[in-house]
Amino acid sequence: MRVVVDFDLCESNAICMGIAPEVFEVRDDDFLYVLNETPPEEMRPRIEEAVQRCPKQAISIVEE
Amino acid sequence: MIGSVVVVGASLAGMHAAHTLRREGFDGRVSVVDADDATPYDRPPLSKQLLAGEWDPDRIVLPAAREDLDLDLHLGRRAMGLDRVERLVRLDGGDRLGFDGLVVATGASARGLPRSEELDGVHVLRTLDDCLRLRTALDDHPSRVVVVGAGFIGAEVAATCRGRGLEVTLLEAAPVPLERSLGPMVGAVMADVHRDHGVDVRLGVGVDGLEGADHVEGVRLADGSVIEAEVVVIGIGVTPNVGWLAGSGLNVDDGVVCDDTLLAAPGVVAAGDVARWPSARYGEYLRVEHWETAIEMGEVAARRLLAEDRGVEPTRFDAVPWFWSDQYDRKIQLAGRSSADDDVEVVHGSLDERRFVALYGRDGSVAGVLGMNRPAHVARLRPLVESRVPWDEGLAAAREMP
Repeated sequence: MRVVVDFDLCESNAICMGIAPEVFEVRDDDFLYVLNETPPEEMRPRIEEAVQRCPKQAISIVEE
Repeated sequence: MIGSVVVVGASLAGMHAAHTLRREGFDGRVSVVDADDATPYDRPPLSKQLLAGEWDPDRIVLPAAREDLDLDLHLGRRAMGLDRVERLVRLDGGDRLGFDGLVVATGASARGLPRSEELDGVHVLRTLDDCLRLRTALDDHPSRVVVVGAGFIGAEVAATCRGRGLEVTLLEAAPVPLERSLGPMVGAVMADVHRDHGVDVRLGVGVDGLEGADHVEGVRLADGSVIEAEVVVIGIGVTPNVGWLAGSGLNVDDGVVCDDTLLAAPGVVAAGDVARWPSARYGEYLRVEHWETAIEMGEVAARRLLAEDRGVEPTRFDAVPWFWSDQYDRKIQLAGRSSADDDVEVVHGSLDERRFVALYGRDGSVAGVLGMNRPAHVARLRPLVESRVPWDEGLAAAREMP
């Protein structure tokens, strides 16, 4: 799976970071950085939670 | 055996309940009712992007409403009563929807002021209709917008209006905005942010009433003075939509009272702004009006309905409340709860910088983490609230964080 963030929508609420800090990091510049765009399958439940909980619906999972 | 579920309320909580039912493999009838005839939508942009004119309504349709969940939709229909004996919901127009399981997710309605509904130019902001009407009024370049109430809705409306180049007066009855929940120190910063942006902030000011014959002409304050206004927006809170439940036998007390699994009565659950439940974490009943809470409650409520059928132990709902508010270029977030009675300590940044993190403590442990433009810190400190870390330990951990 590939994690895709729409940075036009992202407002750095960092909810994703709270759920999956291995994948999502909001840094001191207040920008979100995707640390791993292709996380392992075991992380799917948490990535899906991040997708659901993002206040701006900015995250999507693309199957490859 | 549950064969059919009725969800009353097609906003965030109700649609997440419907989505969860399908995701959990429920393939019986799922009927969804809402008095609002718009395709289910997300409310936070109503005070921000939509009001600013940056987005149009199609941008805010809820993801669950875009999916094909095979729902029996009754939009633009109002639930008028609940008969728990016959297990049916009465709709306006006389229709009845039978159910085995019921999700009450009717949310809340904006409070008005005397005459606010009869005078033109007076607005509340809860629904898409409210937003579009207010947006049209703002498109007319009113000479001043008066916002009554500096809670998060009023504050966001004020910020959006300033962003549109309009003159704004923001009235708050308390000594500082959100004083009861944020306390005087942090509450003061909320007012200062608006002053930074040229809003005429009036604190400790009670509103007596509205002036005008057909169209509003001003807001009359408790001291008798009048602030002239062509557009007034009232942001003084909401009341839960429980009127339709009169006579149903459900326990209603500032919302629908549930147990800690969100069960209100056999086969009846509640979720979202309408639901009151006992929080083990805070040792009291809560009714929370946050976006994330509505999502989580919708999910837990749906699973609660399916639990008995499936022989599954119901989950207790005890999520840490979390919300955010965007005003100008400031992002305020709170994980947990805060109150004026709590201990408050700024652990990062400073109020003057308008970039800080504050911890709230009660009963010797961390109850809440509030951040202004510190999203990563709030995300990383949220576990302090989840684990109810002792106060001193929490302060130390927070201060150590880079």
